[in-house]
Amino acid sequence: MIDHIKKKINELLSGGSVKGVIALANANGHVAPCLFQKGDDLEKLSLGDRETAGDARYPLNKVLITIARQYPDEVFGVLTRGCDERGLHILYRLNQLMPDKVVPIGISCPQSLAIQCECKKPWPDDMTAGEKSEAVAQKRVQDAEGKDLKERFDYWANQFLKCVKCYGCRDICPMCFCKECSLECEDLVSKGDLPVDIPVFHLTRAMHMADRCIDCGLCEEACPSGIPLRLLYKKTAGIMNAEFGFTSGIDKNETSPLSMMGPAPKK
Amino acid sequence: MDYRNTLTTCTYCGCGCNFFLESLDGRLTGTIPCKTSPVNEGKLCIKGWNVHQFVQSEKRLTKPLLRKNGELVEVSWDEALNFVASGLKAAKSASGADSIGFFASAKVTNEENYLMQKFARAAVGTNNIDHCARL
Ligand code: SF4
Ligand code: SF4
Ligand code: SF4
Ligand code: SF4
Repeated sequence: MIDHIKKKINELLSGGSVKGVIALANANGHVAPCLFQKGDDLEKLSLGDRETAGDARYPLNKVLITIARQYPDEVFGVLTRGCDERGLHILYRLNQLMPDKVVPIGISCPQSLAIQCECKKPWPDDMTAGEKSEAVAQKRVQDAEGKDLKERFDYWANQFLKCVKCYGCRDICPMCFCKECSLECEDLVSKGDLPVDIPVFHLTRAMHMADRCIDCGLCEEACPSGIPLRLLYKKTAGIMNAEFGFTSGIDKNETSPLSMMGPAPKK
Repeated sequence: MDYRNTLTTCTYCGCGCNFFLESLDGRLTGTIPCKTSPVNEGKLCIKGWNVHQFVQSEKRLTKPLLRKNGELVEVSWDEALNFVASGLKAAKSASGADSIGFFASAKVTNEENYLMQKFARAAVGTNNIDHCARL
């Protein structure tokens, strides 16, 4: 698969249709986000698979936003998994990226990664390489719902108590870009105090991600306290789907039910 | 267009978390925790996440300051170091070497901390050495 991607990147760069391609590279024994430009050595390209599939994924759309803000007239390619493509759809909707300035280079995820992510769509529609894996059912959410209310309440209260307020879940998130973050609003979240405001901190974030979270799992991987954040956002996404028939990022031309006035949309 | 991720180690505490300092055209734009680092496995505390901010902070001191007539004024490194050296000498001759203490730091390298304790012991003559983490 990687040779196919290299070929594609090479075509894009040498043909001049993009200014650069945002992907991953092996360097110093690690994997890091990288901007490939014309003439750069593609041998160091990585797809983010080191010891196991997808274990070195980074928020490439976030990198793209950083670069595109500085170079708004240029076109960039970006390595795109299923979740990243969902992210692009939302970032277009929220005017953080311009669709005519982005060339996605789509790769599918292997079944092992799809199972680990419990991914509802482990492939992008616009696929350059790979084969579609199967969508996976949301077992983590089902298991959590199997507990009774008190058990669930205690579970989450104990999880939230572990939070060290590093803000890493926000900082790593490819869908968090607000200049003024509610988690820094002192009417909601106290500044410089631990334990964190329970449950305001985590539920505020869950609410804000309700029509934006693409279920990439990077937040949970970045949480130093091992809080099951992805499970929380998967549940929020489940409510959005049950109430509004909405799955963030799946539909290219989506509108968010949270930004519409008037009667509830038909399911 | 020069986008880079430079692998480095956090300066804020002794854990030594690894991250990439993200830069675009020579200006730092962010901190990205290194997922493949065995130390922190893609996680950071709030200090590490914001480490890129102090480098370009307007508030950062870039020249030595000396208080003269109650006001801090910029001076050359020679003047600042001479002032410190004469102050240390005066304290040592008035009250002995053990009237002086040294604080090492997590924000510098092992080698720099080694030099500091060497200076305390060999040049000044005291074992009064502690660490800023105990302040
Ligand atoms: S969430 Fe889905 S698309 Fe994203 S890495 Fe996991 S399996 Fe792949
Ligand atoms: S899974 Fe986490 S990091 Fe990914 S989009 Fe959702 S909230 Fe952001
Ligand atoms: S990453 Fe984890 S510990 Fe850090 S703020 Fe988020 S929930 Fe809290
Ligand atoms: S990120 Fe935090 S824990 Fe890690 S070295 Fe820096 S200060 Fe220490």
